[in-house]
Amino acid sequence: MESGGKRGKLKIFLGYAAGVGKTYQMLTEAHELRRHGRDVVIGYFEPHGRKETIAQTEGLEFIPRKVYEHRGSVFEDMDTGAVIARHPEVAAVDEFAHTNVPGADRLKRWQDVMLILDAGIDVLTSLNVQHIESLNDQVWHVTGIRVRETVPDWVVQEADEVVMVDVTPRALLHRLERGVVYAPEKAQKALENFFTESNLTALRELAMRQTAHQIEEKREELRAPQPVLDHTSGRRERILLWLTPHPSAAMLIRRGRRIADYLGSPCTAVYSEKDAAALEPYLNFCRNLRIDAKAIVGEEPPKAVAAYAREQGITQVFATRHAPEVSKFVNLTRDMQVTIVAERVRPG
Amino acid sequence: MSSREFCRPDPEELLRQIQEQEAHEAYGRLKIFLGYAPRVGKSLRMFDEGRRRIKRGQDVVVGAVQAKGLSDFEHLVREFEMIPPLRIGDVDTVNTEAILKRCPQVVLIDELARDNPPGSCYPHRWQDVAEIRANGIHVVGAINLQHVREQQDAVERITGRRSSHSVPESFIHSADELVIVDVPPEELSQYGGGASNLTPEQLSQLRELALLLAAEVVEEQLQRYMDAHGIQQSWGTQERILVCITPRSSARAMLESGARAAARFHGHLLAIYVKQKELPREAEEAVVANLDYARKLGAEVHVLENPDPIGAILQFAREQRVTQVFIGHTQQAAWKFWVHSPVDRLIKAAEGMDVRLFPHAQPA
Repeated sequence: MESGGKRGKLKIFLGYAAGVGKTYQMLTEAHELRRHGRDVVIGYFEPHGRKETIAQTEGLEFIPRKVYEHRGSVFEDMDTGAVIARHPEVAAVDEFAHTNVPGADRLKRWQDVMLILDAGIDVLTSLNVQHIESLNDQVWHVTGIRVRETVPDWVVQEADEVVMVDVTPRALLHRLERGVVYAPEKAQKALENFFTESNLTALRELAMRQTAHQIEEKREELRAPQPVLDHTSGRRERILLWLTPHPSAAMLIRRGRRIADYLGSPCTAVYSEKDAAALEPYLNFCRNLRIDAKAIVGEEPPKAVAAYAREQGITQVFATRHAPEVSKFVNLTRDMQVTIVAERVRPG
Repeated sequence: MSSREFCRPDPEELLRQIQEQEAHEAYGRLKIFLGYAPRVGKSLRMFDEGRRRIKRGQDVVVGAVQAKGLSDFEHLVREFEMIPPLRIGDVDTVNTEAILKRCPQVVLIDELARDNPPGSCYPHRWQDVAEIRANGIHVVGAINLQHVREQQDAVERITGRRSSHSVPESFIHSADELVIVDVPPEELSQYGGGASNLTPEQLSQLRELALLLAAEVVEEQLQRYMDAHGIQQSWGTQERILVCITPRSSARAMLESGARAAARFHGHLLAIYVKQKELPREAEEAVVANLDYARKLGAEVHVLENPDPIGAILQFAREQRVTQVFIGHTQQAAWKFWVHSPVDRLIKAAEGMDVRLFPHAQPA
């Protein structure tokens, strides 16, 4: 990291599907910045065989990819060290949600981007709305597709600027049919699975609302941060998640994080010590989303959690209906706001 | 589970339908580029679209360009065949008659919200657009948020200014396609030549407003699409919050929290009261006051009659595609923990919905 240097600015080009033109617009911006005298390089670019997009890289300096060898196979990925060593003013880095190739120094591309920003380099990047962690359930819900590569919300929120790259689903479907987005065989598959007009329309709406939300957040950041106060007591909201070993825990964590972010309030989690092993992947997920999780001991979890919540001055508890004796718990926390979070049912 | 079939039409079918629609639609399609402020690049996008269409072999002409700042686009406009405007007094306006006579496939019309000079066929340009479309010609146009009539109060609150000409919001909704032209405010002030003298804060607010308007239009399109394709239930991406009002619940706190959440998540607020028999007069009055308050907060209020309140709430919530139910904690004596409270039943049965339980106000 540069000593005393300013952190670079992150700008995300947000879209709702492959082929909407995120990378194209990112490159257009790179050219624009260059015309205004800034030192711009391409840190990583994924051509996908798209002619117009490839043409748009002309005249821009590329940082060569790094070759990794892993168990006898060869992989290529961004050379983060080389980008930082070159130290441009701005680096364009495609596909923010990308999972790095095996053997790479870091697991996720966004982690590499964080390092580049730390070095005082501005970054332009591209992202689809379905890769935002807390929207994962909603996306599954509207499209039936579980997106595996996700970016934590706090990372997206660190962006100084989010721009919505918009195109209508109709135009996108046309591009797909003409083979602009994918090779014919892949395009056919995409049309069948993901690129239905209703999926695209729903994701597009999600991207618009997400961008609107991000703009609002940023405006509020600029003003003095005002935590939302609990209506009845005037206290600051404090959120607690009660984790139990059930697949719905992931969804509970996402929802808790999202609501806490909206309220600008602290968010912690509790779980029974005996569940620690079974909960390990979820506890890891909590760490990723910056939620402190604490083990509690006690024969009767509902009582122990209720007592803990009261002791910590919690105003809102979130649990799922899979928590043991949830009725008993609800009965013991009548002085608090308790939300039983449901897995949203997906039609079909 | 009910029949929430998500029948995906196969792509062939989808294509066929689109083509069929096109063939049979005597009406020209309307595509609008919406910007949140002047100089975000709407016109550029419009001409770009025109150019792409020409490349794809469509017959495209220009029907109207911006009255001022033409120089920016002059080189672009030159690529197109231009229908000379009609000059009335000293004002240029869309020459609808000439466009109909020329009968291209697509006409590009900038500044859709312009008013026509006195003596024109129609007072407003968007009415010309309607006539052109009625003749089977597709229209691609551009418009600014400040010219959408129903948004003008909000825009004036932000900017302190109000544009004299406008189009009704229904015109935006009537578009077959709406594209939002989004660009960060910084770029407008940096490279835009400072044409808009709005502060970054004002621009940011306008930008949010434009995105939400577009999201609304898109949601409506989704609903239309689903209706047209036999997809029974849309869950959309919107939060739908239902506040259950009972005589004893702290309804005001629940409603305020619900209204806040609805605003934050850009969702919809509903309030429901299931009538109870032989209510003491003051309880009755409390309910009426709470329902009034709900309306004041912009909630859609429903009063139902049903001997089984929890059953009624569940049914209503499912029909209304509710995503969150707000209700007061049970007031059943705490020592009777083995008796399932009505709230328990709600938690168990409210599949797919969050249930948020609120503490009751301390008895006075």
